[in-house]
Amino acid sequence: MESLIKFIDVSFSYSSDLEHGLEALAGINLEIEDGEFVAVLGHNGSGKSTLAKHINALLVPTSGKVVVAGIDTQDPERLWEIRQNVGMVFQNPDNQLVATTVEEDVAFGPENLGIPTAEIHHRVDEALEVVGMSEFRLHSPHQLSGGQKQRVAIAGMIAMRPRCVVLDEPTAMLDPVGRREVMQTVIKLNREENITIVLITHSMEEAILADRVIVMEEGRIVLTGTPREVFSQVEALTRLRLDVPEITSLANRLRSRGFAMIPNDILTIEEMVNVLCRFE
Amino acid sequence: MEQEALRNVSLTIEDGEFVGLIGHTGSGKSTLVQHFNGLLRPTSGKVFVDGADIFSKDVSLRSIRQKVGMVFQYPEYQLFGETVFEDVAFGPKNMGVPDSELHDRVDQALGLVGLDLSLKERSPFELSGGQKRKVAIAGVLAMQPQTLVLDEPTAGLDPKGRDEVLSLVAHLHQKENKTIILVSHRMEDVARLAKCLIVMAHGRIALEGPPEEVFREADYLEEIGLGVPQVTRLLQVLKKQGFDVNPDHYTIDAVESEIVRLLETK
Repeated sequence: MESLIKFIDVSFSYSSDLEHGLEALAGINLEIEDGEFVAVLGHNGSGKSTLAKHINALLVPTSGKVVVAGIDTQDPERLWEIRQNVGMVFQNPDNQLVATTVEEDVAFGPENLGIPTAEIHHRVDEALEVVGMSEFRLHSPHQLSGGQKQRVAIAGMIAMRPRCVVLDEPTAMLDPVGRREVMQTVIKLNREENITIVLITHSMEEAILADRVIVMEEGRIVLTGTPREVFSQVEALTRLRLDVPEITSLANRLRSRGFAMIPNDILTIEEMVNVLCRFE
Repeated sequence: MEQEALRNVSLTIEDGEFVGLIGHTGSGKSTLVQHFNGLLRPTSGKVFVDGADIFSKDVSLRSIRQKVGMVFQYPEYQLFGETVFEDVAFGPKNMGVPDSELHDRVDQALGLVGLDLSLKERSPFELSGGQKRKVAIAGVLAMQPQTLVLDEPTAGLDPKGRDEVLSLVAHLHQKENKTIILVSHRMEDVARLAKCLIVMAHGRIALEGPPEEVFREADYLEEIGLGVPQVTRLLQVLKKQGFDVNPDHYTIDAVESEIVRLLETK
């Protein structure tokens, strides 16, 4: 079976950089399978948001090709089909909600797809249920917390029944409770609704939840693997100026002090405690 | 319905102190800091800055706002000038600083935040997110406040931008002797810098003291949506399991030494 998302030798330059030969994406080859949860890490300017915007044809490659659900994103005839397949959630919860009530907001996408009213009602109910916001359906979006706003934005996406949701730093502006709410929702979409997830993030705690982690630098994919494979490379990540979970860098420091029995791929407190218990 | 955003808050912050103010959204921490320079007036009770009751008739709020500089959340959204210079000079100009002195003020402030002076004539809107934030912080520093309140100054920045802003805050405290009040929900950040933590919950001060004392209340902190640094949690779990460790450490360096000591005595 073909991958849901396919990048084939994709390069991209923003028009202002074209004459300087600066590439925001430089020869990206990537395949994401249906149902996968992929986290994309990298510091600002590494190209990760540019990559994300290629998945739903907000940007199209300068050279190379992006194919989503079998559709070439450069085919203008099928733009809406791509956008219906790939929903996008952005960083700022205040910039994404448009309507005066939560339910109208969630209905906005399917209405634009020309779906019959009865079906829209059904989809709105279902989408609000999935993100756990049903009781707020008649609220005005501005009364909600940041985490709740992001969940409504996500509901708006899933009401379009996409196969994939791309989230561009959805928790960057949220507090710890909001972060947890949004991440629980993301995991639920993936595990229960079988929606493919591409999560752009700076947070290692979030990336750990993914099936696969991709690290970007200067428009290229520089590291890829399971969270454990990627996070065990503490030095490479530090060189890329990315965060490593505190507990993982602690394990790494202890190892370099000669405590060889401590593995370099510890990700959680429990794992560290277990190792130390065994040592005793 | 009238809701109290703050209830019976009493606190003293000394000159030159570095205080970390933490709390979940809605805990009252942003409301509290807006009292520090008179942006909000208490419904009851008093606020003193430098010995002066800031709402008494003979104290000008302008002088208070010069003493207590406030860097809001996402301060870059408030940039408006056509040039970086115009933006940074706006505060001191409004305070009545003469034009002849403005250039020095702006240069000094940009120097402190580590921005190249060649950016002065650029539009702030052409800069990167991290640079914009530094311009906004420079605008507050140009007023030369003795106390600086920063409300989530690293929110939305990448790790590199976050480290730069935190180093700047540390520098302002250590080298410029400024009193710092850092509002944050990132425990690792406040713990690294602040000598004293104030935890707000439901409009009240829930906990107050040095980080090691506050972090002993890990379960309570979890309950109010906060938590403790991962490495502190590790020591606490080890202690509970009967290991001979002192759980009062919260920096990775100190925790490393503690674990090394533990392993070497085996």
